[in-house]
Amino acid sequence: MVEEVQNKIDTEEEYTINMGPQHPSTHGVLRFVVSLKGEIVKNVQPHCGYIHRGIERMCEKLTYQQIIHLTDRMDYLSAHINNAAVCLTVESALDIEVPERVKYIRTIIEELNRIASHQLWWCAFGMDLGGLTCFFYGLRDREKILDIFEESTGGRLIQSYNCPGGLMNDIHPNFQQKVKDFIKYFRKVLPEYDQLLTGNVIFQERTKKVGYISKEEAINYGLTGPSGRGSGFACDVRKRAPYHMYDKVNFKEILYTEGDTLARYKVRIDEMWESMNIIEQLIDNIPEGDFAVKMKPIIKLPEGEFFQRVESARGELDVFIVSDGNKNPYRVKFRSPNLVNLSAINIMSKDQKIADLVAISGSLDLVIPCMDR
Amino acid sequence: MNFNIYDFTSFNQWIDNYLYTSLSPFWALIVEMTIIGLVFLTGYALVGLFLVYLERKVCALMQNRIGPNRVGPFGLFQTIADLIKLLLKELISIKQADKLLFNLAPFIVIIASFLCIAAIPFAKGLHAMDFNIGVFYVMAVSSMGVVGILIAGWSSNNKYSLIGAMRSGAQIVSYELSVGLSLITMVVLAGSMQFSTIVEAQSDGWFIFKGHISSVIAFIIFMIASTAETNRGPFDLAEAESELTAGFHTEYSGIKFAFFFLAEYMNMFIVAAIAATVFWGGWMPLHIGGLDGFNHVMDFIPPFVWFFGKTFVIIFLMMWFKWTFPRLRIDQLLTLEWKYLLPINLLNVLLMALMVLMGWHF
Repeated sequence: MVEEVQNKIDTEEEYTINMGPQHPSTHGVLRFVVSLKGEIVKNVQPHCGYIHRGIERMCEKLTYQQIIHLTDRMDYLSAHINNAAVCLTVESALDIEVPERVKYIRTIIEELNRIASHQLWWCAFGMDLGGLTCFFYGLRDREKILDIFEESTGGRLIQSYNCPGGLMNDIHPNFQQKVKDFIKYFRKVLPEYDQLLTGNVIFQERTKKVGYISKEEAINYGLTGPSGRGSGFACDVRKRAPYHMYDKVNFKEILYTEGDTLARYKVRIDEMWESMNIIEQLIDNIPEGDFAVKMKPIIKLPEGEFFQRVESARGELDVFIVSDGNKNPYRVKFRSPNLVNLSAINIMSKDQKIADLVAISGSLDLVIPCMDR
Repeated sequence: MNFNIYDFTSFNQWIDNYLYTSLSPFWALIVEMTIIGLVFLTGYALVGLFLVYLERKVCALMQNRIGPNRVGPFGLFQTIADLIKLLLKELISIKQADKLLFNLAPFIVIIASFLCIAAIPFAKGLHAMDFNIGVFYVMAVSSMGVVGILIAGWSSNNKYSLIGAMRSGAQIVSYELSVGLSLITMVVLAGSMQFSTIVEAQSDGWFIFKGHISSVIAFIIFMIASTAETNRGPFDLAEAESELTAGFHTEYSGIKFAFFFLAEYMNMFIVAAIAATVFWGGWMPLHIGGLDGFNHVMDFIPPFVWFFGKTFVIIFLMMWFKWTFPRLRIDQLLTLEWKYLLPINLLNVLLMALMVLMGWHF
């Protein structure tokens, strides 16, 4: 039996409150047991597992094509990237070279997915800080991406568009035009985000020097993605270990060295601009060709261990598959960026106000189903 | 009887005379009080409901939405439907709560806001009580609301409620100073605390123009401080839903919750009405000294239209900030008050006194 960790209270003056599992700012069923002294956070204990579905265990009973559909349900906001992670692992294990066309489309959709995810994060972050209008501005723009997804992939939130060897189906004839229209539109409205929130004095006061984490600590805690890059930790997998088309396109790795909530915020806003640059470089040159390699109906991976890193919208997502040569994996392990990023919340929010805890957990952009799997 | 929408004085006197001639003085007084009470209760509920509707529509406007549009024309009856829902909802009683205080708190909050309305001049002669210390009375009565909020937070026996109530206590007590001082600035200019005198003094120009620099500073401070005093965004820390779920009224349900909700909107109406009266001339039409033709045209618009028009413009401003700005943190909120607003305000009172002494105002 798992023993419940006792709530840690240092002095008489402290008391604990439960933030979650049903709480507006935890964005899902995450529970923080917060020790407070007045309004000052002394200790935060995250309790996860409320939405544990045993995805890793379920993967052991499923074939590789089926696993793809489960990965959608982990980090549902970057579903396409999760799919790609498993596909890449399987493809590299089988030494399959996917057609150029597939690489282009995967990269474009991945970047669109990253933009959509950051848009939703922006909505929710604004709302955490009390700016409710942000939510609607972000969703308004995200809707356009979801429409593009729906047309080509058939899914809006979770697409399951990748499969080992390529894509489920070819892109819709309107895809290129719609993506170009979207980029033209979004380049115009993204400055609105800055006008509404970034430039606001209250917002700056709420985020500057809040939730500071140094580069060393960020590395020690394994913060990745925008959360790590806000502290100056150059951890972008797209640069460090390129996959898809990322070694052929020009893009900057966004780095901020302040390490506070505002830096993490700015990384994400700038990443949206960078993602648009990446898409613009690729969208006109999608080569003709097949959308998938012909695969056997039952994929059997050779015996051994296979590993793949990808950069999801929240950080480094790693897939580790141990195969015994059967059609099912022997063991699958996902490294969830959310769970690792969450681990730093205690040192980030120590001795800050309870309102800062909300801002900090918002700036980590946690997606609970990915954490609990 | 002489009913005139430009001046209610004679109409009110007619009712008064009629009652006193037909009833004994004691019963006449009782009947008068009852009539005023009923009129206010109805007005209170109607204005409250309308403000809730207005807030939804304004918020929808800011957020690229349509807002309520299903129940009745333009969704006007949506708030009434919501009111019926709240009336019919179960009042959940909490085992560990302090029953007496828990039930008392919403009444204190609503009574505090209800009492304030008595002093507000809605139009010429449309005035429940014309105190000679009207401004002072409003200040005194409106600060009672915080007691209700503190009691609500304490008696709910919920840590979120308690934090919300404590925040609210710190906030309202601090911002009361700024509200008071900015009103005192205007009282210095008017030379009276009586609302009717303040309004009459603005017949040749609103105070915000007459007192120029000092009045504008006082108006801005009053807007900030009164938004904070009514616990509205960006100062809605007491009920910061992303931090404290619903703050001090987390545990309330049904009509008791509706009381807090209604009181919040009515407080907004009251501070807007006071701002309109003290800075923008209340029911007094826009007059520019010397332009008689223009002044006559303005006089054709009935005073209560002026009053409600100005009040709703100010309410719109307050809604505008609420839906644009993120929320402050408690320490920033108190820093803003004690380190910035209060010193500026104290200097502003001195400046205004100097202006009045030297005759620099218009």
